[in-house]
Amino acid sequence: MKNKGMMIGCAIGGVVLLAAAMVVFWVISVNNNLVSLEQGVIQQWAQVENQYQRRADLIPNLVNIVKGYANFEKDVLTKVTEARAKVSQFNITPEVLNDPQAFAKFQSLQGELSGALSRLLVTVENYPILKANENFLQLQAQLEGTENRISVERKKFNEAVQVYNTTIKKFPASFLAGMLGFKEKQYFNAITGAENPPKVEF
Amino acid sequence: MVRKIFFLALILFISIFSQPKVPQLNLWATDLTNTLSQSELDDLNKRLQSYEDTTSNQILSLMINSLNDYPIEMFSYDVASQNKIGSKKSDNGVLLLISKDDRKLRIEVGYGLEGVLPDALTSSIIRNVIVPKLRSGQYYLATSNGIDAIISAIGGEYKADNKSLESSKFPIIFMVIIFIIFWMMIKKGGGPSLPGEIYRSSGRGWGSGGWSGGSGNSGGFGGFSGGGGSFGGGGASGSW
Repeated sequence: MKNKGMMIGCAIGGVVLLAAAMVVFWVISVNNNLVSLEQGVIQQWAQVENQYQRRADLIPNLVNIVKGYANFEKDVLTKVTEARAKVSQFNITPEVLNDPQAFAKFQSLQGELSGALSRLLVTVENYPILKANENFLQLQAQLEGTENRISVERKKFNEAVQVYNTTIKKFPASFLAGMLGFKEKQYFNAITGAENPPKVEF
Repeated sequence: MVRKIFFLALILFISIFSQPKVPQLNLWATDLTNTLSQSELDDLNKRLQSYEDTTSNQILSLMINSLNDYPIEMFSYDVASQNKIGSKKSDNGVLLLISKDDRKLRIEVGYGLEGVLPDALTSSIIRNVIVPKLRSGQYYLATSNGIDAIISAIGGEYKADNKSLESSKFPIIFMVIIFIIFWMMIKKGGGPSLPGEIYRSSGRGWGSGGWSGGSGNSGGFGGFSGGGGSFGGGGASGSW
C-alpha cells in the first residue's frame, strides 16, 4: 500500500514537473521569438534613420549651390535650413518607437523638412541656369534617390512593425508580451508628405 | 505653386489605388510595347545572359506602354523586388524600365550595386546616354547603350570583388568551355523561330501572363530566373 501511494505521488510529481518544464520552454520560445522580431524592427528602424541622416547630410551642399545664384528666394532657403536644424536637434533612440508622442514629433519634423525641400526644388524651376548646372543635377538626383530610399525603408519598417505588433497582440503570446516588457511599436503614417518624393518636373 | 504640389500629391495618393499589374519576367529583355524587333530582343537577351554568366550580376530591361499614372519609382521597385533580380548573396540586380507613352524611365539599382552605381551616376547615364536616343525615337539604341553604360560602370569594381561572387565556384576554364558551347549554339541557332513570335504578339497589355512560353530556344539562351536579390529604392528616374 505504501508503495502504491509513493508511485502515485511520483507520477503526479512527474506530470507537474513536465508541465512546468513545458511552460518554461514555451515562455523561452515566445520570448526568443519576440526578441528576434523586435531586433528586426530596430534594425529596420536603423535603415530608416540612415536614410534620413543621409538626406540631412546632403542638404548643406544643395543650399550652398543654390545660394550662389543671384536673388534666389531667401525665405525658401531659410526654411530648409531651419527645418534641417530642428531635425538634427531631435535626439532619436530606439525608445522613440515605443513612445507615440515622440514618434509623432519625429514624423512631423521630418515631414516639415520634406515640405521645405520640395518647395525649394519647385522654386528651382524658375532658374534655368541652375537647372542646367551639372553639379546641381547630380545633387538633385542624390536627393531624389534618398527620398525614394526613405519611402522604401519606411515601407519595410512598417511591415516589420506589423509582424511584431500582430505577434504580441495574438493569443497566447499576448499573455506574456506584457509581462516580458514587449511594447507595441509605432507605425509611420502615409500622409506626412515624405511619402511623395519632391519632384521637379511638372 | 502650392496648389500644384497639392494637386500632385493628390494624384499620387489616388494613383496608389490603381497600381498596374507587375509582370513576371522570364527573359532579360522584355518589351510589352512591341517596339523592338525580335532580333533586337534576342541580341539584348544574349548579351545580358552571358553577362550574368560571367559576373552573376543580373541586369534586366523592361519596356511598358503606360504606368496608368502610378509613380514610376514604386512600380519599378515592385517589378525589381517581386522578380527578385540579383543574387540573394550580393543583391546585384539592376532594372532598366522604360514607360513609352509616359515618356518616363528609371534605373532601379539593387543594394549590392549602390556603391558602383550611385544615384548621381545613374541619373547621368539616363540624361546623357539614354534620353538623347529616346528623344529621337531610337528605343533599341537607348536600351542597348544604357545597358552598356551600366555594365561599364559596374564592370571594373566587381572584378576586384570576384571572390565574393558565385563565379568562384566554377574554375575559369570551365566557364570558357561553357562560353564556347554557348557561342556554337548561337551560330547554329540561326534566325528567329516561332516561340519568340508568340511571346511578342501576346505581350500587349500589362498582365497578359500567356507569354511565358516564349522563353524558349529562339536564340540559344535560357530563361531568366531571379536569384533573390533585394532593393532599397536606389537608382534614378528621368523623362524625355
